[in-house]
Amino acid sequence: MESVLGRYRNLIILVGVLFLQVLGLATQVREDKRGGSDAQSTRLIRIWVVGAITPFERGLVWIQDGTSNLWHNYFYLRGVRAENRQLKEQIEQMRLEQVRLSEDAAQARRLQTLLAFKEEFIAKTVAAQVIGSSGSDLSRTVYIDKGENAGIKRDMAVMTADGIVGKVLVVYPSVSQVLLINDQSSGVGVILEKTRLQGVLKGTSTGEVVLERVMSDEQVPLGENVLTSGGDQIFPKGLPVGTVEKVGNGKDLFLNIKVKPAANLSKLEEVLVLIEKQERQQTAEDSGRMRAADILAQRLPSVPDKPPEDAKAAAAATTGTPKSAAGTGGSKPTTTASTASPTTKNLPGAHNAPVAGQPGKPADLTSSSPTSASANRAADSKPAVSRTKPADAPLKVAKPSSAPSGSSPSQAPPATSPEQSAPAQTPSSPPQSDSQPPAGEASPQ
Amino acid sequence: MPITYTSNEQVEVYRFSIPVTIGIPLLALFAQAFIPLRFPRFAVYFDLPLLVTIFFSMARRNPVAGLFTGAVIGLAQDMLGHNPIGIYGIAKTVVGYGASSLGVKLDVENAGARFLVTLGFYLVHSAVYFTVARGLVNMTQTWSWLHGMLAGLANAALGVLLYFLLDKFKQRT
Repeated sequence: MESVLGRYRNLIILVGVLFLQVLGLATQVREDKRGGSDAQSTRLIRIWVVGAITPFERGLVWIQDGTSNLWHNYFYLRGVRAENRQLKEQIEQMRLEQVRLSEDAAQARRLQTLLAFKEEFIAKTVAAQVIGSSGSDLSRTVYIDKGENAGIKRDMAVMTADGIVGKVLVVYPSVSQVLLINDQSSGVGVILEKTRLQGVLKGTSTGEVVLERVMSDEQVPLGENVLTSGGDQIFPKGLPVGTVEKVGNGKDLFLNIKVKPAANLSKLEEVLVLIEKQERQQTAEDSGRMRAADILAQRLPSVPDKPPEDAKAAAAATTGTPKSAAGTGGSKPTTTASTASPTTKNLPGAHNAPVAGQPGKPADLTSSSPTSASANRAADSKPAVSRTKPADAPLKVAKPSSAPSGSSPSQAPPATSPEQSAPAQTPSSPPQSDSQPPAGEASPQ
Repeated sequence: MPITYTSNEQVEVYRFSIPVTIGIPLLALFAQAFIPLRFPRFAVYFDLPLLVTIFFSMARRNPVAGLFTGAVIGLAQDMLGHNPIGIYGIAKTVVGYGASSLGVKLDVENAGARFLVTLGFYLVHSAVYFTVARGLVNMTQTWSWLHGMLAGLANAALGVLLYFLLDKFKQRT
């Protein structure tokens, strides 16, 4: 027996060592399947190795950056003047672009206010430097020089100015491990910019990035931008991910879509870690002084205003209306009726204009229509005021006033002027819309 | 001293100082993690920890020392990634054991032998890794002979150069 053990000693030790490793591996896999993480169970041993390797990497990156900065900031200044001029021109162009975009963004915010959307915003980021990688093409991760001490936590989004990079996988005191989006175990909820198709972005074993779960009967154009959809609860909605590079038939009924990442994942240097997201609903203050309905109404073709004589006559007819009438009950917004601006009231065909994707919901329907429920109610209660309001008067956002947002107009304070009890000028407003307040109105300050 | 099959000469069994025993594998791990940041294809084709494992195992010519060398380096390499710990560990344990066993039997001091041994062990390493990753951990892996051969040749070429550098640290027993 002893001779057998002695003869096969090396082999027995080999088998023993292999067995122990397989056992350890099996334990980790089992924990993973139970929902645990190998990173948690073997954290200490990983800390030792990462702690031994990363200081060297950090030091080397520091030396490299220092040398590079010295060269670029002090020695290599050729062409700076020309570049400066070029950048100034670029700034001018971008300013013009910014004006246009800010107008669009403001309109989008107003629309979101009306629809009571909640959206996640990037509230705070931390800049970090990539100091190392896993060193294996089978584990596409990188290490960054910020960790728990900088407020970084697991599952935080990591991005560059070009697009998303990945998410924080493991956090150590002073470094963190980031799982890149081209790793085969990663998954990001994405949406195509124009076609609005949603899917899951995954990495492959060869380091490519593919979009899964898009049905094969869909048309996906090459070069289409891929954005985050926000469905994974890690990346806020709308961040650039990449572009569609190749479309082919995949397994089952799905397309095989290859995506070219927007960020250069193979040459990452500086990244941003999203350490704080803010979920908030657009408020009326954010959306400015005008309602989206007004903006839209102004842009729609309209019948020209009445001649000045008619307007003067109408104004004379309403002078008897006490200005404080609308303020009854402590509500400030007489100007709620401003929604029935001259342009708006000249859109008779728009009364029943449905909102796309919201059929059967009159409240929502009316909230985004120029003749919304609030406008109708306002017209019911104070038509004279609304009609005499000049077009260029400052418009205010409709507020729920003293009546609760869920209250019906019948519970609203009684009208004080005879005109206010007049029949509605827009009888097309359905009764159920009155009992269901519009979402846009239900955003108190 | 063991006698080789190839030359019938007694071959030397080497040992290494503690700083070299610890420092060279750490340096290899560090380089493997750092170089891909500047040269992204490096990690696809080269495996410095594997080359160091083969070198130490062949020089020591002790299967037990070789397998432990491979296990420690492989486990450390596992810890830098995010996959379960032990996949590289198992693969490099097998390589360490095989390289040291081969070192006992064959004269692996010349460049040609080193080139072939490194090429062979790279393929063995890839095969074991592939088997463990797919069979035990259920990772999605694709085997490519072309990639395997190209990477094996690249590692063998680098290995020959590296071994000559590392020979300077050898100490005779």
